[in-house]
Formats: sequence, structure tokens, C-alpha cells
Amino acid sequence: FCVTLGEGARAVPLAGHVGFDSMPDQLVNKSVNHGFCFNILCVGETGLGKSTLMDTLFNTKFEGEPTQHNQPGVTLKSNTYELQESNVRLKLTVVNTVGFGDQINKEDSYKSIVEFIDAQFEAYLQEELKIKRTLHSYHDTRIHACLYFIAPTGHSLKSLDLVTMKKLDSKVNIIPIVAKSDAISKSELAKFKIKITSELVSNGVQIYQFPTDDESVAEINSTMNSHLPFAVVGSTEEVKIGNKMVKARQYPWGTVQVENENHCDFVKLREMLIRVNMEDLREQTHTRHYELYRRCKLEEMGFKDTDPDSKPFSLQETYEAKRNEFMGELQKKEEEMRQMFVQRVKEKEAELKEAEKELHEKFDRLKKLHQDEKKKVEDKRKSLDDELNMFKQKKTAAELLQNQAQQAGGSTTLKRDKERKK
Amino acid sequence: MAVQTQQKNLEGYVGFASLPNQVYRKSVKRGFEFTLMVVGESGLGKSTLINSLFLTDLYSAEYPGPSHRIKKTVQVEQSKVLIKEGGVQLLLTIVDTPGFGDAVDNSNCWQPIIDHIDSKFEDYLNSESRVNRRQMPDSRIHCCLYFIAPSGHGLKPLDIEFMKRLHEKVNVIPLIAKADTLTPEECHQFKKQIMCEIQEHKIKIYEFPETDDEEENRLVKKIKDKLPLAVVGSNTIIEVNSKRVRGRQYPWGVAEVENGDHCDFTILRDMLIRTHMQDLKDMTNNVHYENYRSRKLAAVTYNGVDNNRAKGQLSTKSPLAQMEEERREHVTKMKKMEMEMEQVFEMKVKEKVQKLKDSEAELQRRHEQMKKNLEAQHRELEEKRRVFEDERANWEAQQRMEQQKMEASRTLEKNKKKGKIF
Repeated sequence: FCVTLGEGARAVPLAGHVGFDSMPDQLVNKSVNHGFCFNILCVGETGLGKSTLMDTLFNTKFEGEPTQHNQPGVTLKSNTYELQESNVRLKLTVVNTVGFGDQINKEDSYKSIVEFIDAQFEAYLQEELKIKRTLHSYHDTRIHACLYFIAPTGHSLKSLDLVTMKKLDSKVNIIPIVAKSDAISKSELAKFKIKITSELVSNGVQIYQFPTDDESVAEINSTMNSHLPFAVVGSTEEVKIGNKMVKARQYPWGTVQVENENHCDFVKLREMLIRVNMEDLREQTHTRHYELYRRCKLEEMGFKDTDPDSKPFSLQETYEAKRNEFMGELQKKEEEMRQMFVQRVKEKEAELKEAEKELHEKFDRLKKLHQDEKKKVEDKRKSLDDELNMFKQKKTAAELLQNQAQQAGGSTTLKRDKERKK
Repeated sequence: MAVQTQQKNLEGYVGFASLPNQVYRKSVKRGFEFTLMVVGESGLGKSTLINSLFLTDLYSAEYPGPSHRIKKTVQVEQSKVLIKEGGVQLLLTIVDTPGFGDAVDNSNCWQPIIDHIDSKFEDYLNSESRVNRRQMPDSRIHCCLYFIAPSGHGLKPLDIEFMKRLHEKVNVIPLIAKADTLTPEECHQFKKQIMCEIQEHKIKIYEFPETDDEEENRLVKKIKDKLPLAVVGSNTIIEVNSKRVRGRQYPWGVAEVENGDHCDFTILRDMLIRTHMQDLKDMTNNVHYENYRSRKLAAVTYNGVDNNRAKGQLSTKSPLAQMEEERREHVTKMKKMEMEMEQVFEMKVKEKVQKLKDSEAELQRRHEQMKKNLEAQHRELEEKRRVFEDERANWEAQQRMEQQKMEASRTLEKNKKKGKIF
């Protein structure tokens, strides 16, 4: 990723020693004063010796109790340590995946890991986008190297491994290692490594390649690339071999020496990870993986580098365009909400009007019924009145007749009876 | 987010002490860039000084220096050269400002220079803000050498004005030009006068950073006492005491460029190139550029935002975060509005429904009333009929009785008449 120097520049000879060959030293001095930072993520099933390997690599005892297999999901635990070696200060963060591979359903195992890695990228991106930012003193928490621990089955990669590595290979530098490799014989190991490598290739998993573009380290790096994945053994116990105390694991049938290159690839791992390529791992994380994350994130938010006419946007234009678009969206949403309310009001009004109409109809019907009833009563009344009138007439006529009869007959008894009756 | 760190002691050599070497190696591979601006009236020996500093014929017959070209207005010109030393490549850009201070009316002659510096910042900001970031060539001005004419009296108003306007945009290193026209005493006086005026006007010239190293600090203090540096440059090599040196030949002797007793050239060269080149770049990147960037980005967000927001305070948020906050605020506002509208709606609906209910109740009541009325009438009618029927029945009964009586009486009469009854 070096800048193509010398574009439009002419090379001129120097007539003596100017002194800018001290620039690398000036840069180095500044970075030593500033201190270094490195973050390692260990991914692997419980019990593969992740913590032990870290302790062995860094010659110290890091935090942590061995975890049980009963974790309900995968969580990531990170610890940061300050280490110093001669005048070099290193802020080392070790992140462990707790509970990886322990669940019955491992479909979502990789998710917490991806989320964690993305969160670190996001934090850096947020800092980078701030108006007032302090990138120079920012504690970089992005994962620079991911050691992927492969179980020493001797057969092939587990599907969990393939799935996880495929999800991680575009986000982090993956260095696959065969853990607890003292459980595999040398011949089996060679076959195992070939199987693993071919499975990775056929599944399109991009693991980290030690860089071969710098002549001073190209050779060693390319040799080491052919030894991947490294078969490691970790141990913090020391055993006396000859007249030296060495880190080893003692078995009844022999002693596995961690730093013996015939026994395992520990030395190779340490050499590559720490002594030769630590800075490159950090650089690749920043210039490749982080840039990819950033690009995706910005594109997701709708940022582009060129407008529809393919002219490059200036920062101001980009932000303003974004802002206008976003304000427009908000206006639209507001308008939509208002419209929705207007609609609801309309609908409700219609509903209520309908109910009112029904009510009036109901009462109109009732009124009509009532009118009918009333008419019936009126008719009854009228018929009663008619009967009454008829009766009255009859009565009157009868009385008249009786009066006449009385006058004719003159019966006082009748009169008396009548009076009595009255 | 403060990260808790733990100190750990290493029980053996790990190897990250090689990190400085790794950084060294990578920086050499990348190569270095440096942009130096020279400002001063014509004839002050700027080109000669550059040639002397970099021991090269940057300006030669083929590529003449700015003084040899007559300019009416202030121009800003760039020359790029690629120089190599000890395996280290440096892309050096010299920015010239011919015409500066040469006019009769020099008002605003600094403006093209300020514009140039800002445009370089803007280029960097734009390339840093792109979605697809590739190489980010750094053409920002890392240092500005300001040439003061050796009048021996003090700073000219133009000198003060220029430095005041530029000290917060670029690292300003004032130099006394053509120092071989001043005697040591005159020079000493002149320097004191200049530093006094610089302090008086609160001009912030480039300051050497403090280090933890005592030795270094002592050297830094020695340099500070000699500011501003009085320099002499030369394109010619003269033999002095069988040594070939750069110098200026006078009838009375040779003024040697690299002689510490004659002038401060070596101090300048050592400081500018051999010890503080990286620091000049860091200051430009971490301070001057960041100032430009935060001002620029604050203006972007300001443009779209109400005036009553963020009064005078530069937020530490990025414009994106600002937009995000605005969006959240808007969402809250909308929710509130929605709730209010909902409340009003509910209330109105309730009112209407209540009215309808009341109306229904009223109609029902009236209906009931009418029904009761009618029933009363009905009952009354029934009663009346009953009474009537009773009356009629009674009357009819009575009539029959009367009739019978009359019949009986008649029969009696008849019989009487017939002589049957005595």
C-alpha cells in the first residue's frame, strides 16, 4: 500500500550527505515513545489450550479460569495488558471466545464473534468521523490477528470451523493453527495439514499470508506460508532437558518440547506472529479489513464518491446532499402521517354518520309503528264511540218507547219499579 | 471508554522488541514525503538556501529559481524532486512564493499562500472522506521557512502580518536571511528584537517538542536560545585550508555555510532534516490539519442547522452523528405529534359517540313515553269499553227484565181484560 512516489518528480543527485536517511529512525523513535498496540482474538472450542498458548507465547500468566462446557452461547472476553521488553512498550489485548462449540445448535456461534469485530471497527469509524477527534491518542481495539484453533482430530475441518472462518476471513487476518498437536503423529499431521489447506482453498476461505513483497523478509515468510497451518503445543510448565529448563509437556513415553522445531511449530508461530509480521498484521487490519468495513458502512448509509454525472463529490456537497435527502425523507414521513390521520378522521366521520343514519332510521321505523298503533287505538276508540253512540241512541229510543208505553199503560208499579231501579 | 489494563512481567524473551525494526523496515519500503514552503521577498537567497540544505541543484540553469522570473502578483509554485540517501527515498516538494512582498502595495499578498495551504488541506480532507480510499498522497505543507531581511532593526509590518495569519495553519520557522551581512553583535541584537516582537504579537512559531531525554532537552534549549536562526546559503564550493566547503567568497574572507561560528545553517539543517522532519509532519497532521478539519466540518453541519443550536461550541460529534441525532429528535417529535393527534382524535370521537348515544337515549325516552302514553290510552279505552259493556249489559238485562215485566203485565192485562182475573 505504498504511495507511488516520484509522480511528476525528477530524480536529482546529491552532492553530499544531507541527512534525511535518519527519517526511519525519527519515525521509529516517535513510535517507540508512543508505544505499540496489538490485539489478538483466539477462536476455538473450549479446552483446545487457547489460554495456555497465549501464556506460552508471551511468557507470562494471563487472566482467566478454565471455562466449563455449559455456556448457553458464545461470549467474548477481552483483557488488556501492558507489557514491556527492553524499551518497547506493548499494549496487548487478548480476546477469548468463551463457549465456542459447546452448544447443541451452533448455527449462530459465529455471530457474536462477527459482532465483536464489527463493534471495534465501528468504534474506530466513529472516532474517525468526529468533528473534534484525537486519532493520535486513540486506543485501537480492532482485532489485528485471529488465531483459529483447529481440533486435532487428524481428519478434516469441522463444518463449524469452515462456516466460522468463511464469515471471518473478510474481517480479520486469520492464522489457522492445529491445537494440542502432540496428539497427532508426524505422518498424520502432514496429511492433516494438506487436508485442511485444500478444504480452505476449495471453500474459498482467505487466510492471512505472510507478506513476501519486502525482500528482507520475503524468503522466510514464503517458507513459513508453506507450513501453515501451524501445529502448536503450549505449555507453561518447565522440564529439565540436559542442563536447561525448557517449556515442555511430560508424558510417560517422552517429553514434548514446545520450542523444539522437530516437535511442533510453536517457534514458527512466534516468529511469524510476533517477531516478523506483527506490524504487518496491524497494517493489513487498518488498510484492508477496516477500509472494507468502512466502505460498506458508508455505502449502506447512501454515501457515494461520484454524483450521477461521474464528477467527484466534495465533502461539503456529499454531506449537504445527504442532509437534504434525509430532511426530505423526514418531511415525507411527517406528511404521510398527517395524511393518514386525515384519512382516519374521514373514515371515522363516515362511520359515525352511518351510525347516526341508522339510529334515525330505527326511530323512524319505531315512530311509524307507533303511528300505526296510535291509529289502531284511534280506530278502536272510534268504534267504541260509535257503539256508545248507538247504545245511547238505542237507550234513548227505548226510553222513549217506555215513556210512551207508560203513558199508555200508566202502570204505577212500573213507575215504582223504575224508580226503585233508579 | 477507558480500558482497564494490567501490568504483566515477562518471564523470558518474547520478541516484540523487534517491533521498531518492523516499523523501520516498512517505512523504508514505503518511502517518505516532505513539503517545504519558502516565503520571503526576492533576493533574500531562498533558492540558494534550498540548494545548500539539500546539497542539490534544485534550482539550476535548467530549472531556474523563482527570483529569476519576474512576477507581477504572488504566485505559488511547486517543484518536486526525488532524492535518495542510504536506501531511504524522499519525495521532496518545495513550494515557492515568487512575488511575495515585492509589490508596492503588498496588502493581502499572503492570501494566495493561505489559499494554497487550505487547498492542500481540503484535498487531503476530501481524499480522507471518500468512500473508496486508496492512496492518500500527502501534499500538505509541513513547514514554512519565512525569510526576514537582515535590516538589523526589527520585524517589518509585513513580516508580523504574515506570521500572525499563518502561524495557526502551518509550522512557521522564521529565518534571518543573508546573515553574513550582520556582525555577531548586530545579529544577537536583531534576534532578541525579533523574538521580543514575536512574543508581543503572540505569534506561535514552531516549537521543539519536549522529550524525556535530558541530553536532548539540553540541545533543544541551546537551539531555542539562538532563534530565529540566521542563515547563509551558497551554490559554490570554495577551498578553505585545503578543505572544500560551501561558502561565499569576499575580499576579506570566506563566509562558510557549514561553520557554526559563521551562521546557524547547520543548526537549521540538523533540525529541519535530521531530527525534526518527522515531528514537523506530525504537527501538521495532528494539529494544523485537525484544526482545519474541525472548522470545515463544523461549518458543514452549521449550514443545515438552526442557528439556535450548538451556539459557538464545536461538537465532538461527526456530521453523521449529528444527522443521526437530528433524526432521533425528529422521530421523537413525530411520535409526540402522533400521540397528540391521536388524543385529539380520540376525544373528538368520544364526543361524537357520546352525542350519538345521548341522541339515541333521548329518542328512546321519547319513544318509551309515547308508548306508555299509548298504552295508557289503550287501557283507558279498555276500561271505558268495559264500563260501557257493563252498562250496556246491565241496561240490556234491565230492558229484558222490563220487557218480561211488561210481557207479564201485558199478559195480565190481557187476562184481566179477558175477565179471567178477579
